Amino acid sequence: MQFLEARGLPTRKDERYKYTDVAAVLEPDFGLNLGRLSLQFDPRQTYRCRVPGLGSSVHYVVGDSVAESNVLIDDGSLFVGSMVEFAQRYPDILRAYYNKVEGDSLAALNTLLVQDGLVIRVAKGRKVADLLQIVNLSVGSVPMLANRRQLIIMEQGAEASILNCNHSATRCSNLATEVVEGVLAEGSHLQYYSVEETTNNCNLLNTTQFVQHESSKLDYASITLNSGLSRRTINITLDGTHAQTAVSGLVLANDNRHIDNNLLVVHNAPLCSSDILYKYVLDGSSIGAFAGKVLVNAQAQKTDSQETNANLCVSPTARMFTQPMLEIYADDVKCNHGSTVGQLDDTALFYMAQRGITPEEGRLLLQQAFAWDVLQRIDLLPLRQRLMHMVEERFRRGAGACGDCVMCAG
Amino acid sequence: MLEIKNIHASVEGKEILKGINLSVKAGEVHVLMGPNGSGKSTLSNVIVGNPQYTVTAGTITFNGKDLLAMPPEDRSHEGIFMSYQQPVEIPGVSMNNFMRAAVNAKRKYQGLPPISGGDFLKMVKEKRELVGLDAGLTRRSVNEGFSGGEKKRNEIFQMAMLEPLLTILDETDSGLDVDALRIVAEGFNKLRTPDTAAICITHYQRMLDYIRPDIVHVMLDGRIVRTGGPDLAYRIESEGFDWLKE
Ligand SMILES: Nc1ncnc2c1ncn2[C@@H]1O[C@H](COP(=O)(O)OP(=O)(O)OP(=O)(O)O)[C@@H](O)[C@H]1O
Ligand SMILES: [Mg+2]
Repeated sequence: MQFLEARGLPTRKDERYKYTDVAAVLEPDFGLNLGRLSLQFDPRQTYRCRVPGLGSSVHYVVGDSVAESNVLIDDGSLFVGSMVEFAQRYPDILRAYYNKVEGDSLAALNTLLVQDGLVIRVAKGRKVADLLQIVNLSVGSVPMLANRRQLIIMEQGAEASILNCNHSATRCSNLATEVVEGVLAEGSHLQYYSVEETTNNCNLLNTTQFVQHESSKLDYASITLNSGLSRRTINITLDGTHAQTAVSGLVLANDNRHIDNNLLVVHNAPLCSSDILYKYVLDGSSIGAFAGKVLVNAQAQKTDSQETNANLCVSPTARMFTQPMLEIYADDVKCNHGSTVGQLDDTALFYMAQRGITPEEGRLLLQQAFAWDVLQRIDLLPLRQRLMHMVEERFRRGAGACGDCVMCAG
Repeated sequence: MLEIKNIHASVEGKEILKGINLSVKAGEVHVLMGPNGSGKSTLSNVIVGNPQYTVTAGTITFNGKDLLAMPPEDRSHEGIFMSYQQPVEIPGVSMNNFMRAAVNAKRKYQGLPPISGGDFLKMVKEKRELVGLDAGLTRRSVNEGFSGGEKKRNEIFQMAMLEPLLTILDETDSGLDVDALRIVAEGFNKLRTPDTAAICITHYQRMLDYIRPDIVHVMLDGRIVRTGGPDLAYRIESEGFDWLKE
């Protein structure tokens, strides 16, 4: 709160916000659901969003409210449920982990306005077999601002996979602020995948922060299939030795979409690795931005870091801003970073045409191959296949067609 | 089958083909020889409709249809196949997906439903064996990291999959070792029928020992300067092209 007052919201003069105008996103007069009105909406009827071949437990967040129809899980070693509930049952744990994002006015704004959120806590040694799925739905018959929050606590040796999906059930313009905070204790392993498939009316301001301790392993991926303006600020701090992090991003954008991923990976301990891959496929007059900074502090000797940002501009009016950065204060490290912006390969397109493949199909195959490369990094095979299918459908039928939900199919 | 009349073509404003006339009938195998840069690959590319090459005059018909009016994919669907001198690598697109898209595109053109997964795999296996292509290669990205010889073999595999009426082999023999050349040439021969024809571009006699051409043409500086029987190829092998330049 104090930070928000002192600094105000970010402007394009802020280094980390130079590609996205936050003030413009916040400008419309949004409604806030302060009265905690129950939204007469049963997400289970419309949004099944299943991943074939994977057992999963699904939890809905409708607007900014954790859905009442969710089945609360609290078996002693796994908690999945609302933050309000968690605060009553485990106030000390909540206090220890909640609201640790620093220096981020948008996260501070979210903290100020947020009324509930989801907590996933996996206790020491618990290995969760099922996929934990969170479905966030934008709703409302007037423009709404939804403030969402997630807290993920991975205790020692815990393992879990989380799939976070953003969908929209409204044609009204709306904005979601999201803060995802996660802590990975020693030896824990978290796979966190976020899929954004809303509409061009849905803007998103997301701040994601993970702190990793010794020998923990994080696989993070955000996949933007469709959205309005989308901005993700991702901060990953490697505080314990031998921590590994793999950060991936896939962005498919068309029309006048604006997608900005801003990543900061801080190496504070020796022998850690970070492996970053972001790919954008930009069509229409869309604008993509990627800034990824890997900061290797003096004590982080033997850091192994790889950062790649590859982009495909398939239309002449699409634009990409890319800025991979390395800042190294240790002397014994192995770090690489690079970025490319390219067009579809005409020689390959003609080779395919000679084999009878139409230019449309050829373009599809090339874009899909470019995009699938990111999904290869997803270990859960059924999920990877599902996402590959969604990407293919997205290219084949245009934005907003995942093929499973009533909303999308309609 | 193929009638080329007075074709002139240029690349980047420079005229490469300066009036080509060529007639290929079903059942025939033609050989096209000529020094480096004489325009052999350019002629092949003009036939398949590579947009890098501009036809400035002349006509080409294929089974009576105006070929130059057709987009490249339709020329393929009509039955024209070019085995590339330098096959193209397509990272990330698997051979299987690529071939399946190609087979289904042709089926769609013919008004047929897409091929079933099982039938497709059966077809791949059969054709692969015909040209001796390693099973692992069909699971990899198109030509990516293939050796020179594997790429050429892969071209003939694709030919086998698409069963063209007219095949243009642009130096398919170069880059193949002696055994591979025999396997590929034998595969090519097995695919021949009285309804198919081929234009084989080569610098070497070796390939011709297997495929037994009917007619040999020699190209010099964008023109066909001599047409003859198979003995013409033997003479070029021993004497070169100088005697043809007056
Ligand atoms: N895409 C291109 N861009 C520029 N020049 C080209 C292109 N393709 C062909 N040329 C030029 O056209 C001429 C004929 O080339 P072409 O490839 O047809 O020769 P070729 O007879 O196939 O030779 P080789 O036996 O070496 O394969 C050459 O001078 C070549 O440099
Ligand atoms: Mg050539």
